Amino acid sequence: MPSLFQQIQAGKLWDFHGGVHPPTRKAQTAQKPIGVMPLPDRLFIPLRQHIGVAGNILVASGQRVLKGQPLTSADNSMAVPVHAPTSGTIIDIGDHISPHPSALPDITITLEPDGLDEWRPQYPLNLTTSDNLSILERIQESGIAGMGGAGFPAHLKAGLTQPVDYLIINAVECEPYISSDDALMQDGAITIVKGIDILCKLLNPKAVLIGIEDDKPVASAALKAACSQREHYFVRDVPTKYPSGGEKQLIQLLTSKEVPAGRRPIDIGIVMLNVGTAYAIAQAVLDDHPLLSRVVTVTGETLSQPQNVRALIGTPVSDLLTFCGYQHQSDGKIIMGGPMMGFTLPNLDVPIIKTTNCILAPSQYELPAAGPELDCIRCSACADVCPASLLPQQLLWYSKAKDPAKLDEYNLFDCIECGACAYVCPSEIPLVQYYRVAKADIREQQREAVKAEQAKARFEARNARLEREKQERMARNKQLAQAREQAQQTDSNSNAVAEALARIKAKQAAQTTAPADREQILAEREAKKQQARAYQAEKATSKAPPESGPASANLSSPADPVKESPASAKSAAVAAAIARAKAKKAAQAQADMQEKAVDAEQTKQPEAIEPATPQAATDPRKAAIAAAIARAKAKKQADSEKS
Amino acid sequence: MSFKIASSPHNRVNRSTANLMLLVAIAALPGILVQAVLFGYGVLIQLLLAIVTAWAAEALTMQLRKKPVLPPLKDHSALLTGLLLAIAIPPYAPWWLIVIGTFFAVVIVKQLYGGLGNNLFNPAMAAYVMLLIAFPLQMTQWLPPASLQSDSLNLSDAVCAVFSQFSCSGFSISQLQTGIDGISMATPLDTLRTDLTAGKTLTESLQQPVFYGIAGAGWLWVNLAYLAGGLVLLKLNVIGWRIPLAVLGSLFIFSTLSWLAAADSNPSPLFQLFSGATMLAAFFIATDPVSASTTNKGRLLYGALIGFMIFIIRKYGGYPDGVAFAVLLANMAVPLIDYYTRPRTYGHKAKGTGK
Ligand code: SF4
Ligand code: SF4
Repeated sequence: MPSLFQQIQAGKLWDFHGGVHPPTRKAQTAQKPIGVMPLPDRLFIPLRQHIGVAGNILVASGQRVLKGQPLTSADNSMAVPVHAPTSGTIIDIGDHISPHPSALPDITITLEPDGLDEWRPQYPLNLTTSDNLSILERIQESGIAGMGGAGFPAHLKAGLTQPVDYLIINAVECEPYISSDDALMQDGAITIVKGIDILCKLLNPKAVLIGIEDDKPVASAALKAACSQREHYFVRDVPTKYPSGGEKQLIQLLTSKEVPAGRRPIDIGIVMLNVGTAYAIAQAVLDDHPLLSRVVTVTGETLSQPQNVRALIGTPVSDLLTFCGYQHQSDGKIIMGGPMMGFTLPNLDVPIIKTTNCILAPSQYELPAAGPELDCIRCSACADVCPASLLPQQLLWYSKAKDPAKLDEYNLFDCIECGACAYVCPSEIPLVQYYRVAKADIREQQREAVKAEQAKARFEARNARLEREKQERMARNKQLAQAREQAQQTDSNSNAVAEALARIKAKQAAQTTAPADREQILAEREAKKQQARAYQAEKATSKAPPESGPASANLSSPADPVKESPASAKSAAVAAAIARAKAKKAAQAQADMQEKAVDAEQTKQPEAIEPATPQAATDPRKAAIAAAIARAKAKKQADSEKS
Repeated sequence: MSFKIASSPHNRVNRSTANLMLLVAIAALPGILVQAVLFGYGVLIQLLLAIVTAWAAEALTMQLRKKPVLPPLKDHSALLTGLLLAIAIPPYAPWWLIVIGTFFAVVIVKQLYGGLGNNLFNPAMAAYVMLLIAFPLQMTQWLPPASLQSDSLNLSDAVCAVFSQFSCSGFSISQLQTGIDGISMATPLDTLRTDLTAGKTLTESLQQPVFYGIAGAGWLWVNLAYLAGGLVLLKLNVIGWRIPLAVLGSLFIFSTLSWLAAADSNPSPLFQLFSGATMLAAFFIATDPVSASTTNKGRLLYGALIGFMIFIIRKYGGYPDGVAFAVLLANMAVPLIDYYTRPRTYGHKAKGTGK
């Protein structure tokens, strides 16, 4: 039994499940020379034409740019810059309809060509003296993203560091109508092979497998001739069947391997790039010619000259169609991409981007609109053709039922949206559309779930914190309550003292008053006696000492409690002040807490905070009331003391 | 300029569900013609009644469900249901039998389950079984082949027979059932089973004229005609090869085994294959996509189950033919079969688990 590698070397091909044979209709364009268009009036260059992030804008409106000048920067690994496809003036940077099924506006640089086509200085790399890093950098800076349709940044694939067994070059072009890669191979096989050489230098694979459908004999021969000097390059003619150009399908065709679900080809030692990408890499590295244009198949029965065109990135579809002799039909459709996976355009301002391989303008007879959707009759024609070996009718059922668990069980996310199932369905059910919607729904749900999970985590953290704060608050309240109690005790103590003092004072005062009266009476009596005595002394030579002294001395004694009274008032005032201060502090603490709670409310879900808010609000109020009461008591006390 | 927005794919094969149904119906025509020639014109009258009833029933339910009437009529599924039932019942069964049966098939078995594509059971076979249980006498009054009939019926006789149960010349159906030799005859399968139960040996039983030929007089030709129609459907890719092959294969294997074990009490495999409704079942009934299994492996299993059940019911059951019961039983097993025969998805390891 020969090893897998030997079998592959010997030219063995495998097969993948299912597949369909729609009419290819490539003959209209495949054998014609690639057309060259006049410069369009405007180029609309979307910043993001690949999978990843847009670079930062380097130019300003009104600025003149040279051909090949970068318009955005490649400042991180997922960024791929865009370039001025020709020299001219930037006239706008803003939203423009995007070449995407959604047709949503996206940020786009509008360039008005000046017709000079003036290049910036070019610095070709010398392969023998350049290290891999500078080559990769060049690939990235040249704005190369997968040209087969997905638009994956080429430098990321070429820069993979895992060991690579097979570098597969995808030249299958299985979608009907499209012949842009075919035309490119017929024209530029040598450049393509140079590009593959560069990729080999970077990835160092055991073998290079170039897969091409057997309905492109000319291109295949051109490639074989170009590869003839390289003994580990194998050009493999695979049977014409849709979708043999799918990444997973081509891997299976050429190596019998399957990419495990949820993994990438590199995990089984395979890297796959499109021929167009290999061509662009050669141009970028060897000529310092960034990705400024691409071959686009412009075809369909509404065109008088269907052909492949080398179009500048940013060329509006309308220019291309006009160039190819478009006759508008009412109710016609314009498809970007092929008939199996392409999407219809709402208007013709949509620009060509790096991943655009075809503009299809069919007549109504050519690709008639789908008939009414009938019920699924469970014929399983769809399952028979599904290249992923899915059960499309079950997926349809569960998509309609919106049952994500079942959809997962039936591996909805392994669907590559090739459209083979919908192509054969006798009930004309737009199966792929159902799957797209179901996938979008599930992604949305997952996003929601993640959000909810985060919110839940936040909520729990918050609850924990609130609980902690509550504990702290309770502890503090307890302390405060104790303090208050003590303060109140102190107050009532001092009250008792003061009252006692007051009583004593009053008594003393009363006592003082009483003796004074008596003394007065006594003194009056004495005085009368003395008067009598004086009269008697006058009579008998008067000698009467004044007797009022002791009375005045006695009168001074009630001053003692009065002397004590200011001291008692002072201690009550102090106690009141302390109580006030404590109450204030408590109020302050409550207010702080309330503030925190309000802060928390701002970051948390509003419904969760509701129970906390009144509580937090109540406490300071209570504290304030308590403080007010304490103050009033203290004041009253002090007043009563003063009086 | 306005452009149409549509979702991909933008091209489709132009084979519609309606086309498929119609092709199946057309492929059944040779068999129906042979049946008409060999067993009398009754079958054509039944066919007409069935189709008219099927359309009326479909239209009525659509009206009641407040849905457009025309689309379901145009998908030809009702037509096919009526057709299959009409050729399965005895050609001179009373007219109301087919009317009730077809109505039941379309309204109860199909529409009440949600219409085309949602029915669990094959409508024609479910109706057949219902009729068999409710009207056992009428459902077993098969006439011998025209060549063995004492008085052959012309077209007007056939009409009279279906609508009044008497031929225009006044013979009752039971009289008509009596052959030239004065012995009342049913189908070969029926006769054989009765005889074997009565203790006759196979050889004795096969002496009777109804067993003329390999599979009983006339039946071989009927089956051959359905086989031809079925092969055309296969060739046109209207049906897959798995179900017919599995039905015939398993019936063949089990009947061969039993025949080898006891040749004198078991009919030959050839007799089994070309008698009764075998070919009709294998190519036209079991292949009804709606009620059959949907996975490749499942279809093999489903077909094999039907073949086995036909064999068992013919041998041990109380009814002349086991096709209808076999199909219904297999229909019931379909969800289970489908669940356990899911194909392995690209890039996934274990089967059936979905992971
Ligand atoms: S679109 Fe999805 S389900 Fe349909 S055939 Fe392609 S991979 Fe299978
Ligand atoms: S091809 Fe269409 S009708 Fe047939 S099983 Fe699939 S979804 Fe249903």
